[in-house]
Amino acid sequence: MTAAQNLRVILALSRRALNEILRVPGGAIPGVLAPAIFMVGLSGVFGAASQLPGFDASDFRTFIVPVGMLQGAGFTGAATGVNLARDIERGWFDRLLTGPAPRIVLLIGIVSSASLRALLPATFLLLLALALGVHVQSVPGLVLAFLIVMLFAAALACWGCVVALRFGTQQAAPLMQIVAFASILFTTAYAPEALLAGWLADIASVNPVTYVLEGVRQAFVYGLTWDRTWHALLALALLLLALGSGAIAMMRRVGR
Amino acid sequence: MIRASLALAARALRTSLRRPQFLAPLLLFPSMFLAVNTGGMARATELPGFGDVNGFLDFQLAAAMTQSMLLGGVTAGIATALEIEGGFFDRLVASPVPRAALLVGRLIATGAIAVFQVLWFLVIGLIFGAEIEGGVPGALVVILLGIFGGIGFGAIGMLLAFRAKNASTVQGIFPLVFVVLFVSSAFFPRDLLQSPASWIADYNPLSYIADGLREPIIRGVNAGPVLEGFAAALLIIVVAGGFALLALRNRLREA
Repeated sequence: MTAAQNLRVILALSRRALNEILRVPGGAIPGVLAPAIFMVGLSGVFGAASQLPGFDASDFRTFIVPVGMLQGAGFTGAATGVNLARDIERGWFDRLLTGPAPRIVLLIGIVSSASLRALLPATFLLLLALALGVHVQSVPGLVLAFLIVMLFAAALACWGCVVALRFGTQQAAPLMQIVAFASILFTTAYAPEALLAGWLADIASVNPVTYVLEGVRQAFVYGLTWDRTWHALLALALLLLALGSGAIAMMRRVGR
Repeated sequence: MIRASLALAARALRTSLRRPQFLAPLLLFPSMFLAVNTGGMARATELPGFGDVNGFLDFQLAAAMTQSMLLGGVTAGIATALEIEGGFFDRLVASPVPRAALLVGRLIATGAIAVFQVLWFLVIGLIFGAEIEGGVPGALVVILLGIFGGIGFGAIGMLLAFRAKNASTVQGIFPLVFVVLFVSSAFFPRDLLQSPASWIADYNPLSYIADGLREPIIRGVNAGPVLEGFAAALLIIVVAGGFALLALRNRLREA
């Protein structure tokens, strides 16, 4: 197949995933609602923590908004895996495999749809945060935050695809979700590194998602710096490389 | 009635143990939150007005137990809804089993699972350095209140199952578990919550159950918070259990 034909396949698969939002809007609600509940709920519960010395945000809500945005992306990535598992169960994926499109093109189509769908919870959370009085530090920082959210959703979608292709059933959904959830929470999600318990600070320092989160946080807390930006982009590149390689390997093996 | 309830409870327990994928989230999710909350908010005990506690882990154990029991309630609802969907419930109804036993049997099983849930978090707490100020009597009070709380949340789950009649609707309640937790004093002292969570927490029975579970761990067995916890749990059992019985009766009438 030519490059133009491959691109058409990718666009068609992305459009199919987006059509699901329009046809079954209820299906997108949990992915939007859950991070919103966490964002508002956590800031209501732990809001007083921003009074601790060393807390480098004006208020806890501002600090936690990026966590909500990444959770939205994580849930979207996991949902992409669940949708693939559903397609496998129903035989639709087998029909895709028998088509002339290369398997990697199918994977790119599925993963890129997650990136686009992640814009929905991220935008909703941003609007909610603005309505609750959160300030944005800079527009370029916000653009970068959305780019990071899209790439993070792609990385988690790769993980979702690995699990879906390995187990071939929607019952594996908790495995997709819990990894997305845990990868975001075992970071500086709740507090700056200096305020974390030693063991969590150690995990956060080796967890690449910490750097991804700090990259998004530039839009709301720190302001844009090159140092945090390249750390975030490098962490995302590593995540995409590792999880993407796994997804490609599973795609090559499936059905053979 | 008692024999039928116990037989149904034993069956519900056996079924739950055969499907660990349903039971695992009851422990995994709250354990993960316990770890993250404790690690992320370790310095929260230094906040003015937090109160005197040995550590944030001690304070958070009750939150993890409450969260786990709430999830246990949702799981009991899902299990009941699956039995309704699968037709097993109709076969039970057609048999000479007393109607109330259909509810009571499942609630006994939920209470038994709650013992395991509370013990899990007590053991985890002790392993990672928490102290139970109330000693063995305190631990027994926590377990007993856990049973009451677990039965109350199980009654809510069954009420939802009898009303919704399908598992996916009951499963959709899952995010609400976190909403009711966030507007209670389960995770943080009531005086330090932000508005409007702080004033909702005053009226949320979950606050009193969490505080009742927490008191024997962080201070000792003091009658006030513990009795308030039992009263809140009893209130939920009576109200949710009563409505669940009514919903069951309506369902049988429709059938």
